[in-house]
Amino acid sequence: MDEQDLRERVNAKIFPHPLNAWYAAGWDWEVNRKQILARTIAGRPMAFYRTEAGRPVALADACWHRLAPLSMGTLVGAEEIQCPYHGLRYNASGRCTRLPAQETLNPSASVPSFPIVERYRYVWVWPGDPTLADPSTIPDMHQLDDPEWAGDGLTIEAACNYQLILDNLMDLTHEEFVHGSSLGQDELSQSEFSTRLESDNHVSVTRWMIDVKPPAFWAKNMRDLDPDFDGRVDRWQIIHYYAPSTICIDVGVAPTGTGAPEGDRSKGVNGYVMNTITPDTERTSHYFWAFMRNYRLDSQKITTELRNGVRGVFGEDEAMLKAQQRAIDANPDYAFYSLNIDAGGIWVRRILDRMLQAEGRLGDSSPTVPSDARALTDAARDPNGPVADAGERSAR
Amino acid sequence: MTNTARLDWRRCRVVESELVADRVRRITIERPAPLGRAAEPGSHIDVRVSLSAEGSSDVRSYSVVESDAAGHRLTITVLLVAHSRGGSAFMHRLAVGDTIEATRPLQDFPLVPGADRHVLLAGGIGVTALVGMGRALARLGGDYRIVYVGRSRSVMAYADLLASEHGERLATHIDADGTALDVDGLVAGIAAEPGRTELLMCGPVRLMDAVRRAWLHAGLSPTDLRFETFGNSGWFDAESFEVSIPELGITTTVSADQTMLDALTAAGAELMWDCRKGECGLCVMAVSQLSGKLDHRDVFLSDRQKAADDQACTCVTRVVAAGADRGRITLHTR
Ligand code: FES
Ligand code: FES
Ligand SMILES: [Fe+2]
Repeated sequence: MDEQDLRERVNAKIFPHPLNAWYAAGWDWEVNRKQILARTIAGRPMAFYRTEAGRPVALADACWHRLAPLSMGTLVGAEEIQCPYHGLRYNASGRCTRLPAQETLNPSASVPSFPIVERYRYVWVWPGDPTLADPSTIPDMHQLDDPEWAGDGLTIEAACNYQLILDNLMDLTHEEFVHGSSLGQDELSQSEFSTRLESDNHVSVTRWMIDVKPPAFWAKNMRDLDPDFDGRVDRWQIIHYYAPSTICIDVGVAPTGTGAPEGDRSKGVNGYVMNTITPDTERTSHYFWAFMRNYRLDSQKITTELRNGVRGVFGEDEAMLKAQQRAIDANPDYAFYSLNIDAGGIWVRRILDRMLQAEGRLGDSSPTVPSDARALTDAARDPNGPVADAGERSAR
Repeated sequence: MTNTARLDWRRCRVVESELVADRVRRITIERPAPLGRAAEPGSHIDVRVSLSAEGSSDVRSYSVVESDAAGHRLTITVLLVAHSRGGSAFMHRLAVGDTIEATRPLQDFPLVPGADRHVLLAGGIGVTALVGMGRALARLGGDYRIVYVGRSRSVMAYADLLASEHGERLATHIDADGTALDVDGLVAGIAAEPGRTELLMCGPVRLMDAVRRAWLHAGLSPTDLRFETFGNSGWFDAESFEVSIPELGITTTVSADQTMLDALTAAGAELMWDCRKGECGLCVMAVSQLSGKLDHRDVFLSDRQKAADDQACTCVTRVVAAGADRGRITLHTR
């Protein structure tokens, strides 16, 4: 019975998201003092800005008074934000510092402030219980700002549940069909792959294609390294998932027979596809990606070409994911089925399920996945509920 | 943190009751239904205590020192107060298996990220509100310090725990050892540091008053000084007094266990109010006559406004007699 419950939860079409987790809220440059950034992270509207000293700040994007969005307000002083409506001011802790129409400050006046950390060119925010936030659990995306690597990326506002993107990245056999002109080749589906649960928050999927003709994208990259190259390659894809929603894919090719499968990649080209997906609503996601490479680091031309190339490839994924989400919503009575190629994605789903359980979001009392995942999310967000019986008081 | 919490009184079972320091008892209760998440640092529960001498009961607030992940088992720590009305004595008599009535964890003293630096100042048993905050700050890896003040080491129940969890970040000051805290020095040090320091304190009123004076004197922002006052009791004991609103033709008596607002409402006045705890200022009325002293118990009016005694928050403010006559106040709608 328990196994059946787990199977149902893990195959959810709209997957709930953990709240006690670090999510990328934006690129470092998006959080600044020029324009307050309004962005919903894991279902919570937030306002992002920086203090004069350069520290990023994340506050709930709703004023304590009448819930006007603070992101429409203005920055004042070293670290304060002023509500656009009646001018209440809050500091970076979300505590009110000014109530224009009275001589005192109401000690309850505050908006939630979220733990926030800048790392690997992203600003990471913790939407859940702030007292559990531990920055050492931010997923490793060091290639983004490591001098051994060069590259750049973009953001996709994807019209789908975040888990569909994780599914997509954990199984690259779709390259043959979705990315036929750039990355696809028959050997993708035909080659053996291995899936491993590396730790309780890390899954890897490894696939090698030995002695194959490089697809267009990789043939170009090999020629960037060696203009005369025109041969067969050994190609690898090693997918690393880090909970809750980061996937770094070690990809590359090397001339066949030069020892790449044995560990000597020196004759080849290596890339890292950095992906971190932040749930926005149940059916929309912020998808931050970058392509990093370890060769010809100083060529901005190659950086731009690769970014544009990957943008084209990911545009194909985006269109598929959006269409898939539409079909899911249009067919509420149909379930997901799984194939052997889904092993990676299912490990991810199991890890997420465990995180949700730890947050008490999938209690024993409701062993099956609710048909309305929003109910689940909201219940978890505010376990107190918006009730207002007699004998209550407001605790802030 | 920012939420509307039901008080949610439940009968809870005592599952642990242990003397952990001189006159300091640690009590763990189990709520019949788990909360679904851990009680937050800074939260407290209200407990109904029976006052043996008077045969009556009253409510006391205790900070939650520890909570399991489900908010099912909550640990509080109670100091036995020598000359209390018996609330702490009642708590100290609790044994495993007893049941008490308690609310769910209530949050009026949240720890939030965002300051450049945090200082936690614990005086005596006030440390209970700050143990969990220290842990959260350590996890977040921010810049923080803990200052733990006590009369003598024997009553400082959490000295060893804090030392092991925070090492160098903990400074302990013990009156009996001649290492009493220099409040002005502490505050001056904070004022001299760059950036913004938030100080969260819990302890005896005298200590908190001294810190508040030094804080404002140093020109630090009142927003950055956070403290918990369990129920804003006034300067004087509550007593009954008379209130009238001439334009409504109302004169009535406010009993000792009733608010002025409730008495006036019961007498038929339709008045404006919202928070009913002295914060919002919606219940303020003009005072035209007063015999006796006004015990302003709100945080809405400033000291300047309170000193003028010409307005009052009817939800919390009381009148106390100055001489033999009962206190009396005349109000006007504004
Ligand atoms: S809604 Fe923000 S000040 Fe009124
Ligand atoms: S009702 Fe809010 S101060 Fe009296
Ligand atoms: Fe793809």
